Amino acid sequence: MRRADLEQVDRYCWRLAPHGEMRVPAIFYASAELIDGMDDKVFEQAVNVASLPGIVKASYAMPDAHWGYGFPIGGVAAFDAEQGGVVSAGGVGFDISCGVRTLHTGLQVQDVQSSKRLLADELYRTVPAGVGSTGHISLNHKEMVAMLKGGARWAVGQGFGWPEDLERTEEQGCMAGADPKRVSADARRRQRDEMGTLGSGNHYLELQWVTDIFDQSIADAFGLAAGDVVITIHCGSRGLGHQIGTEFLREMAITASDFGIRLPDRELACAPIHSEVGEHYLGAMRAGINCALANRQIITHLVRRAFKQVLPQARLELLYDVSHNTCKLESHLIDGQQRQLYVHRKGATRAFGPGHPGLPAAYRQVGQPVLIGGSMGTCSYVLAGTSEAEELSFSSACHGAGRAMSRRAALRQWRGRQLVDELANRGILIRSPSMRGVAEEAPGAYKDVTEVVDAAELAGLARKVARLEPLLCVKG
Amino acid sequence: MDPHWRHFEHKADIGLCGCGPTLASAFEQAALALTAVVTEPQRVEAQRRIEIRCQAPDIELLLYDWLNAVILQMATRKWLFGHSQVAIDGLQLRATLWGEPVAAARHRPAVEPKGATLTALSVEQLPDGWCARCVVDV
Repeated sequence: MRRADLEQVDRYCWRLAPHGEMRVPAIFYASAELIDGMDDKVFEQAVNVASLPGIVKASYAMPDAHWGYGFPIGGVAAFDAEQGGVVSAGGVGFDISCGVRTLHTGLQVQDVQSSKRLLADELYRTVPAGVGSTGHISLNHKEMVAMLKGGARWAVGQGFGWPEDLERTEEQGCMAGADPKRVSADARRRQRDEMGTLGSGNHYLELQWVTDIFDQSIADAFGLAAGDVVITIHCGSRGLGHQIGTEFLREMAITASDFGIRLPDRELACAPIHSEVGEHYLGAMRAGINCALANRQIITHLVRRAFKQVLPQARLELLYDVSHNTCKLESHLIDGQQRQLYVHRKGATRAFGPGHPGLPAAYRQVGQPVLIGGSMGTCSYVLAGTSEAEELSFSSACHGAGRAMSRRAALRQWRGRQLVDELANRGILIRSPSMRGVAEEAPGAYKDVTEVVDAAELAGLARKVARLEPLLCVKG
Repeated sequence: MDPHWRHFEHKADIGLCGCGPTLASAFEQAALALTAVVTEPQRVEAQRRIEIRCQAPDIELLLYDWLNAVILQMATRKWLFGHSQVAIDGLQLRATLWGEPVAAARHRPAVEPKGATLTALSVEQLPDGWCARCVVDV
C-alpha cells in the first residue's frame, strides 16, 4: 500500500477509512519510513480484521507490524461479546502468551565483565534451549492440570521462584478462567517434557546493561539506573500453546460459516465469544497463558541457580513480566462508557497507563513496564505505559523490532560462526546449539528497534524509560 | 513434473511448497520442505518408521492436518523425518514416515516448527502435477 492511500492523522498516526466490508477504520502507528517499509500484507490483514463482527473502534497496527496469520503481527483489536464479537485463534497466535520477563541482578556492568564467559556457559548449561531440548521437569496428569490452572503461582508453590515474583507478573502470575479440560491430550503430551525450556527461533535469554536513562523518575520507580545489569527472558507457552493454536485455528475455520461469519480470508478463522467453540478456545488459551507464565517462572528459577554458581552476590528481583500474544477481557472507556472488551494483542504489549488498578502498587503511579526485546546484537528498551494509550490503542504498544527480512534471506547473507565471532569482538557472547539458527536470527535481519520504539513514543503509546545493550545471549 | 520442494519468502516465518506428479507426491515433498526448515533432509537417516492417518473436510485442510501431524510427531518424539510415503484416497490420508531422533551434533537443527498455518495454504493442480503450499510458524 502506498502512503498516499492513507489519511495522515498526525506525524505518527495513519488512518484507512472504512470501505467495503470494514466495520471500523484501520489505524497504523508508525513513522512515514516505517509505513513505507511495511509489507502490503499488513494493510490487507488490518483491513480484514476491521471487517470482523463486534470489533470496537478500530483495527490497530503497532509500529513493528508485519505479516502475520489473519491478524498482522503487531495487531490490536477489541471485540464486544454483547455485540456479536468474536475471538480469533490467529489473533492470539500459535505461541500463546509469548512474552518478555526482565530481572534486576543488583550488579553493575563492571561487576560482571570478568565473569561473563563463565556465566554464559553456566546459563547455557542450566537453561535448556534449542530444537529437541527437554526440561528437567516432567509433569504427570495431575501436575499438568495444576500448572494449567495456576500458572506462575503454581510454579512458585513448587519452589520455582519467590512469592514476590507474582506481584510483578501480569495477572499476578495466574490467568483466571483457564479450563484445562479444553486442552487436548496431544497439547499436554507436547508439553510434558518442555517445562522450563527456552525453545528456538527468536526466543532468548539475554544479559543486558542499562546504557541510557530517558525518564529518571519512572526509572527510579522501576529500580533502573545507568550501568545496572539485568537479565531478560523471551519465550512462551512452548508446545502446548502451539498445539492449542493449531487445533482451534482448524476448528474455527470449519465452524465460522455455521455462525454466519464470512471470512475475507480463511486464516482469519474466529468464533463468536458466546459460542461453544469460542468459550472452549478461551478456556484453553487461558490455560496456555498459565503455561507460558509457569515456563518463564521456572526459567527464572534456573537463571537464579546459574547466577548462584558464578555471581553469588547477585540478587535477581523481578522487574516485570509481559505477554505479547494474548486475548484478555478488559474494561475500557469507550465514548464515556466503561465496556468489557476482549482485547487481542498479537505481537503487541499491554501498556496500562499511570493509575491503572491492574498494576502493582510500586508502578501504579508511573505506568506499566513495557519490555521491548532486541535481536541479539542490538539494543532493547524498557518503556512505560501512558494514559493516552487507553484512547489510542486500548493501552497497547509495540513488542519488538519485527523482522526486516526472511529467514532464507538472512541465511543467504550471514554465517552463524562469523556472526558469533563478530559479536564476540563487540563484547557480546553468544551461546547457541545451532549456528544456522544464529544466522537466521542475525541482528541485521530485524528492523531498527530504536526507530520502532521512537515511533511508539512519539505516537503516545508508551514512554521511553531506559535503553539496554546485550552482554551475552543464549539463543534457542 | 519431477518431485521437488522449495521454501518461499515470508518475513517472520517460512513458506513451504511441495510439488510432484501426483497429489500424494506433492504432500510428500511438502513434508520434506518441513524437515528442511529444521535441518538438511539428507542428514536424516531412515532408522525407524511411524504411521500417520488424517482426514479433513477439504484438500487444503488435509494438507494443514498432514503437516501438523508431522509437527506433532517431531515435537513429542523429538524426531526428524527424512522420507515419507503418502497415499490419499479422497479426503483421507495414510502415510508412513521414516526418520530418527534429533542428534544435535549431526543435524544441527536451526529452529522448531510451531505449526502449519492457514496462511497462503493452497493445493493446486497444474497441467503436469500438483503443488501444495503453506506458511509454517517457527
